Amino acid sequence: MSIETPTPESHPGGDPRYKLVDRALKRFQYRQDALIEVLHLSQETFGYLGEALLTYVARALKLPPSHVYGVATFYHFFTLKPKGEHNCIVCMGTACYVKRAGEVVEALEGEFGVKAGHTTEDGKLSVSIARCLGNCSLAPLLVVDGEVLGHETPESTLAKVRAAVGKEQAE
Amino acid sequence: MPVVTLTINDELVSALDGELLLKVIREQGVKLPTLCHLDGLSERGGCRLCMVEVEGIHRLQSACTTAAREGMVVRTHTDRLVSYRKMILELLFAERNHVCAVCVMNRHCELQDVAAKAGVDHVRYDYLATGLPMDTSHERFGLDQNRCILCGRCQRVCDEVEGAHTWDVMGRGAGSRVITDLNHPWGESRSCTSCGKCVQVCPTGALFNKGVTVSEMEKEPEFLTRILEGREKKQWSR
Amino acid sequence: MRVADLKTMAEQESAALAVFRARLLVCYSAPCLAAGADAVREALEKEVAGRGLAADVQLVSTGCLGPCSRGPMVTVSQPGQADAVYEKVTPETAVAILDHHASQGPPADGFRMSPENPFLTRQMRVALANCGLIDPERIEDYIARGGYGGLAHALHELDPSEVCFEIKHSGLRGRGGGGYPTGLKWNLVRKAPGAKKYVVANGDEGDPGAYMDRTLMESDPHRVLEGMAIAGYAVGAEQGFIYVRGEYPVAAQRLDKAIKAAERLGLLGSRVLESNFNFRIDIRIGAGAFVCGEETALMASIMGLRGQPVPRPPYPAQKGLWGCPTLINNVETFGNVPDIVSKGSDWYAASGTPKCRGTKVFALCGQVENTGLVEVPMGMTLREIVYDLGGGIPGGRAFKAVQTGGPSGGCIPASHLDTPVDYEGLQQLGSIMGSGGFIVMDDRSCMVDVARFFMEFCLDESCGKCVPCRAGTVQMHRILTRITQGKAGPDDLEKLEALCEMVRDSSLCGLGQAAPNPVLSTLRWFRDEYEAHIHEKRCPAGVCRLTPSEGGER
Repeated sequence: MSIETPTPESHPGGDPRYKLVDRALKRFQYRQDALIEVLHLSQETFGYLGEALLTYVARALKLPPSHVYGVATFYHFFTLKPKGEHNCIVCMGTACYVKRAGEVVEALEGEFGVKAGHTTEDGKLSVSIARCLGNCSLAPLLVVDGEVLGHETPESTLAKVRAAVGKEQAE
Repeated sequence: MPVVTLTINDELVSALDGELLLKVIREQGVKLPTLCHLDGLSERGGCRLCMVEVEGIHRLQSACTTAAREGMVVRTHTDRLVSYRKMILELLFAERNHVCAVCVMNRHCELQDVAAKAGVDHVRYDYLATGLPMDTSHERFGLDQNRCILCGRCQRVCDEVEGAHTWDVMGRGAGSRVITDLNHPWGESRSCTSCGKCVQVCPTGALFNKGVTVSEMEKEPEFLTRILEGREKKQWSR
Repeated sequence: MRVADLKTMAEQESAALAVFRARLLVCYSAPCLAAGADAVREALEKEVAGRGLAADVQLVSTGCLGPCSRGPMVTVSQPGQADAVYEKVTPETAVAILDHHASQGPPADGFRMSPENPFLTRQMRVALANCGLIDPERIEDYIARGGYGGLAHALHELDPSEVCFEIKHSGLRGRGGGGYPTGLKWNLVRKAPGAKKYVVANGDEGDPGAYMDRTLMESDPHRVLEGMAIAGYAVGAEQGFIYVRGEYPVAAQRLDKAIKAAERLGLLGSRVLESNFNFRIDIRIGAGAFVCGEETALMASIMGLRGQPVPRPPYPAQKGLWGCPTLINNVETFGNVPDIVSKGSDWYAASGTPKCRGTKVFALCGQVENTGLVEVPMGMTLREIVYDLGGGIPGGRAFKAVQTGGPSGGCIPASHLDTPVDYEGLQQLGSIMGSGGFIVMDDRSCMVDVARFFMEFCLDESCGKCVPCRAGTVQMHRILTRITQGKAGPDDLEKLEALCEMVRDSSLCGLGQAAPNPVLSTLRWFRDEYEAHIHEKRCPAGVCRLTPSEGGER
């Protein structure tokens, strides 16, 4: 197998981010039931759960790699691929849906040529769908780079996402 | 362990308290289909084929995970159960590509056998034609995801009996798939011992020996009880 | 900390607050923030500092008050006067409000919510009693309002069986949707043999359209912790877990802060309130799986596994986390516990209906004038909630249905608006109480499309373990999609109904068993809409884009 498999003792390439993962592992005393917590922290640190990272976590917690992979792919929060530079989450909860959030998604998909759940080819923008963000009075709702925006229309959404990715400048 | 008396299909039956209903029912000679259950492995309750009606319990119970209790009144083949089993089998056939005529397991397949006995002669649902990949990287065995019914036997035998835990399931819902290690090709797996137990317990043609052609693959899932019981009784030869 | 110290602290806090001529409570929850609550607070801060009012006027950032569509909200609390609630506050009106309450300026009544507004008067706030009125990050605020008094009472006046009895006698039932009597569950866990037991608060609020648990955890986190601690004492557990949905980072932060504050004061941790009771609470963050709201899946997730349910029995009360007896209650259920213990079960049982005591929080949203969170006594009719509290449908449009219970619930038509809300009442109409999502739909919503929406949700959230749910939801979704596209054949409806029944009866867990509910309930009340799509290739609500089928297309 060609992939380098790091061990808790030696970090590959001395990547300092593994120190943060180590800290999480220690805080949870290497308990196997803390796998999800450790994955959360690992993803926070690295932005995504790459193969080397998953191997590292599996070894540290003494868990079978397939088990770790199974858990990481079961939960929608975890991503095994790098995310885009900017991200736009469209809430598709019931309240947003009855207020036509579907049209917002269609507009985004059309404009940026990316399917919801994916990242544009240039790695600039990830569009994803959330199953209710629990702010139903703001429906339809989106989160652009961490900022919550309420009462959106397809037009207002496009304007805000264009501004976020700086598309207008590029044109 | 105290003994209990229960009623199965209007017949009084005795059993040990807490014994699994599936075992009690089968001991009575009642044929109850199963796919995820296999003697020797932990129970999963996922295929739902062994569902039975228990009086006083609103929901249907999977016999493989339900304990026998005093006074239970159980029915195994009501019209509702029979039609539900058929529907579940049809759903399985529609879910991935189960074309028996070109399958290595044709005539030896548990899914095919159970379906034939349940009287499945056509499928009412849309064939989803998933077109999933094959993995033939292992030197002796092959995996065809298109024939997998996600019964979890390979995963359980690998974890519980062989102790390698090479297999697991990734994703969820209809997107679930069996994987080896970090979803690497089977042949590159570091944990796999190539013992072949997973192939033997797989009920369909999803796991097979390389080199077999249509209808040639035969499996012997009973080996499991033989080795497990043999281990206990120190019975080393057949 | 001893019980006496708790009382002293509460008195000191109340005295310290009484000094202020006015306390301005600025709602700092997401909807109000999105509407500009930040600017409001900034303007007030500047003004208070500029006028040298810091000793007379206190500014507090609170959690959610409830009327979310009217934000930013500011509540003014003055000694000896009823609270004044202001809506849609701008930085300018904020100054006018300050003028009136702190400097004898003219009333700012134009922005004041009428004290007679049913949204305020018709509520009975128990779980939400402090929401919007305290600073969720200050444990002192909670203690000043009687917080941790229930725990003190339980630990020093009652034995565990008496606590269970109180809860049973109050008539409290599971607020997560099941409606199982809470006191019975507690007693089961208390009696279950086992040296180690666990208490779990289910805050994996996955139903789209419901956000009462988020609000409670964000706006009054200590109430949940106190409820859990009382439960721990009652059932004999020393360890609690609170499982917070991954989408709610603020709730997790606030809870984390709250746990640390409570530990510092000896209200959690070892020797709670100098008794022999130890109780520790850890937070577990969900990672995005609706099925984890199901209790066996939730436990799997806490143990670091794929969130897949296992067949019950054994129930968690017998065999839960790591094989030990485990009490699992919803966050809102725990939110009711402190008051039941401190004010007595008779007080709680006096509200609600004979079968369903107490109150329930609903998240009013969709096509209704006032969206937001309301807590009302059980037994209030749907009509009262939609029209009195909710203020009716915007734009004078016609009410069509209210969807309760999320993807496990159903749609209730106008003809049943006078049904009193309780577990059994909603069940008889083919819906469920669920966690309290309450989505109002007007004549522009297509019921088939709504059913398809929920089915898509379920197929996406199915864990994949059992065949009926994993493969059945996919096929039901395909049929529903065909219907909304005008491509369905005459036998599709029958096929759909048969699948619904099978999936409902044979799925392994609650998610699968309830997945057909939105279809079954819309079929029951709005069958004509399905038929219009299939036979007339027409969507009565004008939502679906139908393309007539060509020949024998399936």
